[in-house]
Amino acid sequence: MSRSIWALPHFRWAAIAVLERNFLVWRKLMGPAIVLNFGEPLIYLLGLGLGLGHWVGTVAGLPYLVFLASGVVASSAMTTVSFEGMYSVFTRMVPQKTYDAMMATPMDIDDIVLGEIIWAALKGLFSAVAILVVAAVLGAVPGGWMALWALPVVFLMGLAFAGPAIIMSAVAGSYDFFNYYFVLIVTPMFMLSGVFFPTDSFPAALQAVVQFLPLTHAVEVIRPVIVGQPVTQIGAHLAVLSGFAVLSFYLAVAMVRRRLWV
Amino acid sequence: MTGLAKQSTPLLKSPVVQASGLVKSFGTLRAVDGIDFSIKPGQCFGFLGPNGAGKTTTLKMLMGLADFDAGSLSILGQALPQAARAIRARVGLVPQSDNLDPDFTVRENLFMYARFFGLKRATVAARVEALLEFSELTHKAQAKVDTLSGGMKRRLTIARALINDPEIVVLDEPTTGLDPQVRHVIWARLAELQARGVTLILTTHYMEEAERLCDELVVMDQGRILDQGSPTDLIHRHVESDVIELRGEVSEALFMTLRSMSAHAERQGTAVYIYTHAPMPILEFLADAPELTIIHRRAGMEDVFLRLTGRGLRE
Ligand SMILES: Nc1ncnc2c1ncn2[C@@H]1O[C@H](COP(=O)(O)OP(=O)(O)OP(=O)(O)O)[C@@H](O)[C@H]1O
Ligand SMILES: [Mg+2]
Repeated sequence: MSRSIWALPHFRWAAIAVLERNFLVWRKLMGPAIVLNFGEPLIYLLGLGLGLGHWVGTVAGLPYLVFLASGVVASSAMTTVSFEGMYSVFTRMVPQKTYDAMMATPMDIDDIVLGEIIWAALKGLFSAVAILVVAAVLGAVPGGWMALWALPVVFLMGLAFAGPAIIMSAVAGSYDFFNYYFVLIVTPMFMLSGVFFPTDSFPAALQAVVQFLPLTHAVEVIRPVIVGQPVTQIGAHLAVLSGFAVLSFYLAVAMVRRRLWV
Repeated sequence: MTGLAKQSTPLLKSPVVQASGLVKSFGTLRAVDGIDFSIKPGQCFGFLGPNGAGKTTTLKMLMGLADFDAGSLSILGQALPQAARAIRARVGLVPQSDNLDPDFTVRENLFMYARFFGLKRATVAARVEALLEFSELTHKAQAKVDTLSGGMKRRLTIARALINDPEIVVLDEPTTGLDPQVRHVIWARLAELQARGVTLILTTHYMEEAERLCDELVVMDQGRILDQGSPTDLIHRHVESDVIELRGEVSEALFMTLRSMSAHAERQGTAVYIYTHAPMPILEFLADAPELTIIHRRAGMEDVFLRLTGRGLRE
């Protein structure tokens, strides 16, 4: 009779209604969102890429602006997805009771979480597109049109980061709780996954640790695609990202059930 | 339409809700402690009970939103929890506290809710306008939810619960905290729904609401059903026809006398309540006590409620 939070989730089209809801709300605030998504990377790339790049010269055989832009595409998607999966999802789950309202319809938590994960990944994708456009304008996309192949990978990494963020939302008592995740997970990845500098300068132990970070694997695929170099071990990288996506989706559904089921 | 279907198909005469031996525990607390009830199509069925009686928990079980630990529950001929999604497609819920979407306007809230039922915008466009009309919110259609008054929010929540053209509408304290004008509008709307053949299941703390709207009531306390019946049945069964309420100093001697003259008398603070089938002799006797304020009225559900659940606070 009693339900188990660990039951396997279903994949249903009902999840699209969540995307639709979030998109309609996003559309209302599209102006500021676009300013943020295009303005921030522009400043970043100009400041760091050209400013710092002038002193750094080339990194791993690439002009620093090119190296940086291809990394920031991935890190920005990570940050965007994490914010969406934490602050926004928590708002809808707890104070706003949006999910309670949805659960009185034929929608299940499976559908809600699936919809939120896809939505967060799409937002990450949008931020990546914005950076790619800015980088292209600055002439920092040597891969040309082939760089667009980075986008499906960005979407996949979005899925991989959305699940963990939603798990945090499901267990959080308040917004302050997310500080732990940002300080312990997001910021270290931001700094250590090869976004700003190559990881081969790290001591061997740290290099081994870095291999467990999903952002490292995302960067390892996205950067060569954008700069027009061959990707090595693409299967392994995509498998890591897919593994994170699948496992964290399952855990996110379980944790949200644990929180919302009566 | 549902009404017509109900008349022509004898099958639907069978209960729309059938609950037996329902139990729901939170840790060691048995919030719902073995209750049985059945609800006929087209009925307005009410749950009364003090705070914490288990009313909301019962409604959540009906919606498939809360699990139950024992017993069985079937809605519209389908068993819970297996058929929860199918059942929710045919039921509307007005939760105890509003959870409208603050990011949308009034009209958008209705359209969006339809999407959660998998209904297409074009399919519900006419219904959305009809529901705005029904809930007297047409003039507020473009307003953001945060700008609405409590009464408007409640009406919108009720309209939202009707977006899927439900056969059953479940309302958890539909009028709590609203002014008398709004309350009367909501009562009229609920009566309209019932006239269309929709089954209503509600909880309330307002005895007037229960008496006016409900065909059948259960009185719950501490997770159990104390009694069940129509408002008139319950009144006949549990209290005398008349109540005389006294306010002012009532001496112990006078109280004893009144008690001997009536079927039941009780003190509550500075008031005394006397229950009787024969009020005249008592009223004549009390004519000698002009310092007391005397209120004579017919007994109602409030008296039944207090008799069954006692006058003590629940916290
Ligand atoms: N999620 C929960 N976890 C733990 N206890 C709960 C939970 N929900 C309800 N309870 C407890 O179960 C009991 C019944 O609660 P319920 O909300 O069903 O009462 P109610 O009759 O609706 O009361 P009210 O009139 O105040 O709305 C209460 O003691 C309440 O504290
Ligand atoms: Mg309640």
